[in-house]
Amino acid sequence: MSEVDPSLLVDVLKRAGARGATAADGFLIEEQSFSASVRLGQVDTVTHSREQRLALRVFSGRASAAASTSDLSRDSLERVVDEATALARVTAEDPHAGLPDDSELIDHVPDLQLEDHEGPEPTPEQKIELARRAEAAALAADPRITNSEGAEYFDRRARYAYATSHGFARGYSTSAFGLTVAPVAAKDGEMQRDAWYSYARRRRTLEDPESIGRTAAARALRRLGARKVKTTEVPVIFDPDMAASLLRSIAGAASGPSLYRRASFLLERLGTRVAAPTVTIVDDGLLPGALGSRPFDGEGLATRRTVLVGEGKLESYLLDTYSGRKLGLTSTHHASRDGAGVSVGTTNLMLLAGTTPPAELIGSVKSGLYVTELIGFGVNGVTGDYSRGAAGLWIEDGRLTFPVEEVTVAGNLLEMFDRIEGIGNDLVLRDRVSAPTLKIARMVVAGD
Amino acid sequence: MTEKIARPRPESFFSDRFNVTPGLMDRLLGSNLVGRVDDADIYLEYRVNEELVLEENVVKKASRHVSQGAGVRAQSGTRTGYAHTDDLAVKNLEEAARQARAIADRAGQSGVVAVAGRGRPHDLYTLAEAPIVTELTRKLDLMRKIDAACRAADARVTQVIVALTSEEVVMLIATASGWTVGDVRPLTRLNVTAIAEDGGKREIGSFGGGGRVPFDFYLEAERWKRFAAEAARQATLKLTAVDAPAGAMTVVLGPGWPGILLHEAIGHGLEGDFNRKGVSAFAGRVGQKVASELVTVVDDGTMVNRRGSLNVDDEGTPTGRNVLIENGVLVGYMQDRLNARLMGAAPTGNGRRESYAHPPLPRMTNTFMLAGQDDPGDIVKSVKHGLYAVNFGGGQVDITSGKFVFSASEAYLIEDGQVTKPVKGATLIGNGPDALTRVSRVGHDLALDEGVGTCGKDGQSVPVGVGLPTIRIDEMTVGGTAVGR
Repeated sequence: MSEVDPSLLVDVLKRAGARGATAADGFLIEEQSFSASVRLGQVDTVTHSREQRLALRVFSGRASAAASTSDLSRDSLERVVDEATALARVTAEDPHAGLPDDSELIDHVPDLQLEDHEGPEPTPEQKIELARRAEAAALAADPRITNSEGAEYFDRRARYAYATSHGFARGYSTSAFGLTVAPVAAKDGEMQRDAWYSYARRRRTLEDPESIGRTAAARALRRLGARKVKTTEVPVIFDPDMAASLLRSIAGAASGPSLYRRASFLLERLGTRVAAPTVTIVDDGLLPGALGSRPFDGEGLATRRTVLVGEGKLESYLLDTYSGRKLGLTSTHHASRDGAGVSVGTTNLMLLAGTTPPAELIGSVKSGLYVTELIGFGVNGVTGDYSRGAAGLWIEDGRLTFPVEEVTVAGNLLEMFDRIEGIGNDLVLRDRVSAPTLKIARMVVAGD
Repeated sequence: MTEKIARPRPESFFSDRFNVTPGLMDRLLGSNLVGRVDDADIYLEYRVNEELVLEENVVKKASRHVSQGAGVRAQSGTRTGYAHTDDLAVKNLEEAARQARAIADRAGQSGVVAVAGRGRPHDLYTLAEAPIVTELTRKLDLMRKIDAACRAADARVTQVIVALTSEEVVMLIATASGWTVGDVRPLTRLNVTAIAEDGGKREIGSFGGGGRVPFDFYLEAERWKRFAAEAARQATLKLTAVDAPAGAMTVVLGPGWPGILLHEAIGHGLEGDFNRKGVSAFAGRVGQKVASELVTVVDDGTMVNRRGSLNVDDEGTPTGRNVLIENGVLVGYMQDRLNARLMGAAPTGNGRRESYAHPPLPRMTNTFMLAGQDDPGDIVKSVKHGLYAVNFGGGQVDITSGKFVFSASEAYLIEDGQVTKPVKGATLIGNGPDALTRVSRVGHDLALDEGVGTCGKDGQSVPVGVGLPTIRIDEMTVGGTAVGR
């Protein structure tokens, strides 16, 4: 796809000015996607889509409003502008509202290699075949893999443009590809499902379908025979994907809106120790070809590498222009644009790798839990209190033994990060949020 | 300032505004789809959504979003081809129909023709004034009053966030069997969040409600005052909460929103797709006992003004009152057209989608347990040591293993038959196929939730309702941090 033409946005912003807006900015997204799912070797659902959306923010002095539409016809756009400017007139003045200063806007958009240009485009049949191969590998891995929720391939190409009423207009394009498979293992009337996946900005760098299928099968198989354990307090090891979920909670608490609402366990903690000294958490939006990279944020500010936690100390919050001003700080260039206006979002968020092989972390535990799945929403962002459903494997004398399910793991996020006593050397950027294996000295595991 | 949608008839709405006439839809289905597939439909949708957020007594967010589009679906055997576009131009619809059909062309027909979702649509939410058209100034005035009421409720309340969303969806569906039906769906939700602080401790509480109701719903019986007071009470209550217990114990659930237990423990497991594929822990168990004989569970999409209700589902089938579990025995699944056809069952009016950009799936509407005989106070008194949970956050289930969780946001210890100290939030975990076999008491106080539920499945969110009388579950694992109490 070529770059998106920002002239449509520029026209919309001009109209907002004519309608009395003192300033305005807009984001335009055009997206084309394809997905195909296969189940038990048969095509299940094939979806084609083409979407576009224009999101507009207008200011009337220090009052603001937002509007968006998927109808980019002239009539509809005029209506959206009129509605947004009318909304802005009835909302109250907020001294911190406004666009970033022009001087802060990005002047050169770097090529972060976010779009796959390698051709030719495979046919739908070739894409479906990737999903079929991934599922077939899972089904062939073991006779106990008896069923499947299916495998899915998707690709998506998107173009973004951002413009302000002050004359700024820039854009960029991205692509993304994914392959997932979810097999079901069964034995003696018990069923267990698990999944594995690969996501990438380039089709060529997607993991091999057979390898995804085999990993998914192994993950489902190792859950067979799972049981509860007695309620106890033990060391808990989070596998990389589950460790990444802990980072999402940290990012939520470090985000501007949580802080100015005083709804965060990281409030007033800037510059203080919030984790073990071995912990460094970075948000790096400039990694070439990475899934979370972007050249500029939702307000046209150049993406950066931000150290959120450096050697255990909270070094930065995650802020957009508004929350930065509100907190007496400045934007950290983390504005993200969704349909509803501007919010804060991370790019490539990661906890940096340690030096210990994961097997050694497991080997260091006399008796404990290795967590491979977490379910539920039991995280309190205000207090850090944490209680979620878990499944995984029991560790006995430094070895993974039987599978565990129907238990919870509970603690408090600040205590959990303080009690990190082992960091794996296995950091791989599989998604937008990544972490290595983490060992937490002790948590409460509730079961029987 | 806003463009009013004056109770449009869906057929004329799409033909007037977008030139998409029933004739055009028939032509697309006829020339492109019929005769080569088992089922096909075209779904048109126009959605206006307004979101208002008041923080620190200032309007932090005022936004209005319009989305429109069409989804074209063709099915052959177990295969579905789906294409959607947000540009309703004829050539785009033709292209979408071609893409959807491509899937079906690759396979022979299954020979089973879809059951048409015919039947008279309900009339569950015709409103004198839809919430989306109510004047902004009235809405903002109420939000400011709620802010003041919440702060006045307790001096420890330091922050109040009031969010009001209003929406209207106009939909029209035409199926290959010649059935065309539309619906106009209002929806609103009001949420109050309070942050309370005391001596360096901070807590959060929230409360809200809504439904397919007019804005005046919030003014009736001063409902808004109750929402404000409840949010303040929940936040301040938690300031004094002790650590939740950890381990297996007797749990008493209060009436209303704790019905999320049913949604997670059995609801998802009884959706047709998971059972047709044999990946649900409940697959093949119709006729078997899956709960105590005190338990009867219903999914009812026909309740007037309820958040989870629909006149017709998103495939055009009128919704129903479907009994899922009767006196402990599993009697039926929830079906969309595809899974009903493949399982030789009738569609139950549970085919739902988030928007035109998503193919329908079997989903819940309003799911609840019928009332029993017991006095709620007696149920609590019957417990020597346990947990009394009355409010919850979200929940989740692994439908294959049957393990489910739901997180208590307001809960108390029961000691010697008395409700005592409030405890911090904790996740409750159980196993769907046997959790309800341990229900030993069912109260006479069935209540539906206030109208805030949203259910996610396969990345699609839809509004739902839940309900429960007070019940006693003899053993369930509580995921607190206090070991050995």
